Amino acid sequence: MSLRVGVTVFPGSCDERDAARAVELMGAEPVELWHADADLQGVDAVLVPGGFSYGDYLRPGALAARSPVLSAVAAHAAAGGPVLGVCNGFQVLTEAGLLPGVLRTNRTLRFRCEDARLVVERESPWLPGVAAGETLTIPSKHHDGCFFADPGLIEAMQERGQVLMRYAHNGNGSVGAIACVTSERGNVAGLMPHPEHAVDPLLGSTDGRILLSGLLALAGAAAAV
Amino acid sequence: MRVVVTVRPRAGILDPQGEALGRSLRGLGHAVSEVRAGKVFDLELEAGSPAEAEAAAREIAEAVLSNPLIEDFEVTVGGAVGA
Repeated sequence: MSLRVGVTVFPGSCDERDAARAVELMGAEPVELWHADADLQGVDAVLVPGGFSYGDYLRPGALAARSPVLSAVAAHAAAGGPVLGVCNGFQVLTEAGLLPGVLRTNRTLRFRCEDARLVVERESPWLPGVAAGETLTIPSKHHDGCFFADPGLIEAMQERGQVLMRYAHNGNGSVGAIACVTSERGNVAGLMPHPEHAVDPLLGSTDGRILLSGLLALAGAAAAV
Repeated sequence: MRVVVTVRPRAGILDPQGEALGRSLRGLGHAVSEVRAGKVFDLELEAGSPAEAEAAAREIAEAVLSNPLIEDFEVTVGGAVGA
């Protein structure tokens, strides 16, 4: 039986179709999760995709983080279930307190659209078969992707191994060029670049498959417990 | 009861929007050395007393209207901005 991956949908989400298609290409079954329902329909993993949930009102991700579906996602994460947040999904997970730090307006104040090169900091279940120091290329498109946390939190995150990847070129001005982080427990991860846009050789990179296979591997491991 | 919540970037936190505004204002010839950009929320709250209204507004400001990692807030019970 294939694994089932929930893809959250908020008013203003725009990458949920690509995310669902990428999940399918990886051999899993995507399940749309509507923002107003606090019901994960028994999925094995959750992907919070990009977009501009609730119009980015107040702060990006702030209102989605307080929606009914996120309370169910938080319960899933607390039980050890894997959750991946991409772009607006990363913002949602930080606002929900499932990931450390916050995403702020890019240092340049410009929307950036580019292939991000991400240098892998450490081996991780999120990056199967990838060694520290390797570089992944994953497309990136955002206005509010500048990762921020105070120096004490950054140091603690580094000591606990929560920094997974850093930008080779830090276009959005993130503190320490941090691009991808995990929760303390390691079952929640987030990044601004879009793995779901990098799954087909026709479009350049297939490095996005690595993170998605990590999500599925973690889901398989959690389901086997 | 009307309560005003003001949210600002915390001291020492970089505020790119405020910096851009400052540059523009200086470009217009204004002698502005620093701008910090925040937000103001006017809340109409049901509360039995000003203290109760303030407590409720603080709870809202902490939990939703501000992100404590980067922002501070102030609560003022009474007159609304622009009212």
